[in-house]
Amino acid sequence: MFPVSFGYYAARSIDEALDLLTQHGEDAKLLAGGHSLIPAMKLRLASPRILIDVGQISGLRGARIDSNTLAIGALTLHSDVAASEIVRKYIPALADAALLIGDMQVRNRGTIGGSVAHADPGADFPVILAALDASFVLVSRSGRREVLSQDFFVDYYTTALASNEILTEIRVPLPPSGSGSAYVKLGNPATGYVVVSAGVVITRQPSGVCELARVVVGGLGSGPIRATGTEAALQRQTLASEVIAAAAAKAAEGSDPDGDVYASADYKRKMASVLVRRAIEKAIG
Amino acid sequence: MAAQAESLAVSINVTVNGVKHDAVVEPRTLLVYFLREDLGLTGTHVGCDTSQCGACTINLNGRAVKSCTVLAVQANGAEVTTIEGLAPAKTLNPLQESFREKHGLQCGYCTPGVVMVAQYLLETNPNPTEEEIRHALDGNLCRCTGYVNIVEAIRLAAEKMRSQHVSS
Repeated sequence: MFPVSFGYYAARSIDEALDLLTQHGEDAKLLAGGHSLIPAMKLRLASPRILIDVGQISGLRGARIDSNTLAIGALTLHSDVAASEIVRKYIPALADAALLIGDMQVRNRGTIGGSVAHADPGADFPVILAALDASFVLVSRSGRREVLSQDFFVDYYTTALASNEILTEIRVPLPPSGSGSAYVKLGNPATGYVVVSAGVVITRQPSGVCELARVVVGGLGSGPIRATGTEAALQRQTLASEVIAAAAAKAAEGSDPDGDVYASADYKRKMASVLVRRAIEKAIG
Repeated sequence: MAAQAESLAVSINVTVNGVKHDAVVEPRTLLVYFLREDLGLTGTHVGCDTSQCGACTINLNGRAVKSCTVLAVQANGAEVTTIEGLAPAKTLNPLQESFREKHGLQCGYCTPGVVMVAQYLLETNPNPTEEEIRHALDGNLCRCTGYVNIVEAIRLAAEKMRSQHVSS
């Protein structure tokens, strides 16, 4: 399988990539690791006239702590997110999520920025990043803006990124003390993509009472969905197993998933409750 | 006119198994076809062509990747190792020997990719558990063996490579 012919430019800097984007506009797509874009091009689901390869731009790889925020460069490989000592230390759930993506070879090539910019409804990072209240740094010739998860993921394969912008960094606020987070997934056994997944962040007072809960499910719609009913049922509660189970039972409230050959809509809703329960238990365990 | 000019071929320089190659490729050329058809290195196989089966696995700049999902132009300036580069002609490295000894293959189609993944695993983790071996093989499909002998071959190779390391 071959993509449709295209023109190729390797950008050496963000400035150069922005110039090329300005020059080619809607005809161009950015290429990072290519592990979403190249398969789509081979299947002729995408046929951009121009590829601007940003994969070799320096300074966009790795994780660092920047004033109570975990900042991850957009070109950081999934395998490097999984192995990063900083990520493991501060937000292990994010490293866990990275390790559940695709397979080892895919993790060695795919990038966190590419994954979120592609916004596949079966992707892992959008779900855990939405639970962590992450924001996305977008730069263009007219400046820099930071967009929250809730505004970034717009629809199937659609984000707030404009055609003249480049995603450079993912910023994750460090959860307050007393917090735990987790990401769990039911993957399609053939493709590895999410059937249903759950990302949670739970903050408890020293007494054990839940002060804050962010619960996000994946696989039930076009992108990550906040399980607000579950969150409300956890607030100000001591998280005994029956409280968790009752809250998790609300995980699919308000969502309307499509069934497919692998999983019916009803099964997905039921699995959302199971996975949310497991994620909460793991986050507080 | 502009589109015609834009899709013109690109010059690349890639080091494959220690040999430098200057080449001119169409941007849409996939790395696996560059290796197989331009360089004649047909040990790297094309299985599913959709980045699932792992038969096309090679090592790119020190990492095992699926070469059906990399453009040749993305490998410009890179170091590539293919199955042909693991040992001098007509010899086997300890991993390849172990696959022979443990009968870690039947039809052999998936084997180059499996071996390249195993080589990368043992370079990064010289003493993997069975679970770690199986997790590493998640992206490689074998329809013959049931994986049992593949896992045994990799465990044997790990032992051989560790004892070589100790004795040297």
